[in-house]
Amino acid sequence: MGRIVLTLADDISTDVIYPGRYMATVLPSETPRFAFADNAEFNAALGAGRVPPGSVIVAGKNFGCGSSREQAVSALKGHELTIVAHSFARIFLQNAINLGLRLVSAPGVEAAAGDEISLRADAVVNETSGRSFPIVKLPQARQAIIDAGGLIPYTRKRLLSPSTHDSHS
Amino acid sequence: MGMTVVEKILARASGRPGARAGDVVEPAVDLAMSHENAALVMNQFLEIYRGTGLDPAVWDPSRVAIIFDHRVPAESAKTASNQKGVREFVAKYAITKFHDIRGDTGGICHQVLPESGYVRPGSVVVGTDSHTTSHGALGAFAFGIGATEMASVWALGSVLNVEVPGTIRVDVTGEFPPFVGPKDLILHLIGRISAQGANFKVIEFHGTTITRMSTSGRLVLCNMAVEAGATSGIVPADAETARYLREEAGVEEPQQATAADPDASYEQCIAIDVSSLVPQVACPHAVDNVKPVSEVAGTKVDQVVIGSCTNGRLDDLEVAAGILRGKKVARGTRMLVFPASGKIYAQALRRGLVADFMAAGAVVMNPGCGPCLGVHEGALGDNETALSTTNRNFKGRMGNPSAAVYLCSPAVAAASALEGVITDPRKGRN
Repeated sequence: MGRIVLTLADDISTDVIYPGRYMATVLPSETPRFAFADNAEFNAALGAGRVPPGSVIVAGKNFGCGSSREQAVSALKGHELTIVAHSFARIFLQNAINLGLRLVSAPGVEAAAGDEISLRADAVVNETSGRSFPIVKLPQARQAIIDAGGLIPYTRKRLLSPSTHDSHS
Repeated sequence: MGMTVVEKILARASGRPGARAGDVVEPAVDLAMSHENAALVMNQFLEIYRGTGLDPAVWDPSRVAIIFDHRVPAESAKTASNQKGVREFVAKYAITKFHDIRGDTGGICHQVLPESGYVRPGSVVVGTDSHTTSHGALGAFAFGIGATEMASVWALGSVLNVEVPGTIRVDVTGEFPPFVGPKDLILHLIGRISAQGANFKVIEFHGTTITRMSTSGRLVLCNMAVEAGATSGIVPADAETARYLREEAGVEEPQQATAADPDASYEQCIAIDVSSLVPQVACPHAVDNVKPVSEVAGTKVDQVVIGSCTNGRLDDLEVAAGILRGKKVARGTRMLVFPASGKIYAQALRRGLVADFMAAGAVVMNPGCGPCLGVHEGALGDNETALSTTNRNFKGRMGNPSAAVYLCSPAVAAASALEGVITDPRKGRN
């Protein structure tokens, strides 16, 4: 269970999640400082440790649109946030899978800041309102990367045993 | 049932007889591009090899391209050190398609790649930049990926677990009216289908207007396909592609074009007649908030920007210089011009365009991405308004979350710079 710490509209871009002017910072140990840097209040709460791990951001459609910058994912992962959105933009979704940021697509999700959210295998449950929202499962091909612990271990496995791979199944 | 262009390209690159939207494939990569974020790709690449007992090896150094463009020349010691680290990596791993900070061969990656002849019809191009979609203009399947995904490509030479995207077909007919062009067309399309309208899909462009359009114009369309959420945009290679490669990119060998089958399956078909299109403006803070210029005309503009991977090519600069020539940028408005590459800058110099811009009061900068994403020069003050030929106007995009950014064509940008307010370029010029 996690508490919703931020609710956002449709089309939240990576410029909002991680402004371009901090792109020279690349290390996952350093990017979390600049998560939502232009939202002074939320950024300060993150920086002061007032947002516990497992807290949830709820957003509308197309979360993470725009730039391919991976810092937008590593910054959120650094704070161990979970993102529940109506839908995600393609590159952001793939980056999140590759790095292991927890996210859930729930097209009809309704929630307010402060609500408590539970994530189940097939639904997001808003424990505060008592309402349940079905989730859209990731395609099997993407789930395989998550199951391997991210793209780095997945690629490492392929390098070490290329013969076991069957891409044409 | 036939195949779309991208289905054919992915079938070929994955060694399969065919591919259908929804199939999962592992295409071999023909070209893998990064810019300064190669600094992050390098870290992840070395991480892949950690503990394996294997020596890190780039699968094919001749297929990796690295172009410095986001913060050039370096704006800080941190960037300079990142760039230094990338140079050392390039030398160690013998990467040949490296474009450093130079006046002759440098520039913005999405211009340097096509003008250097690196992008070929039918190829698979990946880049750690969302506007990698641009290269679909030459009939390639080109899409943006993250740094870790690129590290995996450097190690394996293929992209893992790619879902073959569905395709939206856009047929464009008619002749552009004066001072209306490719930028207005793509803004109109994004406004029509929304910023999510093509999510996870490819936009395939067809029609007589596209056949007549230069590669420069096609690059504008494919560049901004991602602003509708598209995985990529693509113009099937044709006679113009062959001409561009031969005359402008110095590619001698003949190219094999990949065409869509007549009975290919499309998820959606959209027809657009541009003969009645008017200049379009994307208003703050969303690229799909598109209006005809008349609806925002008169809005005061503090800074006008012409350039970027979207509209920094020679024809863009010619249109703008033609409007500015012999006139002055309005007092109270700053105008910045940044050509897309060193090659284009030199051409603009030879044609006198740089002199036109400077005489009008514009500042001509070195090629680079800086102002577009607020990382290097041209930042906006609090509550200022910019009018720009770039591709994004998200809140905070140009470095200041209280600023407003409007997107438009070079003609609208130049006409507006003269008046200090958003202006219809057709006014008094038809």
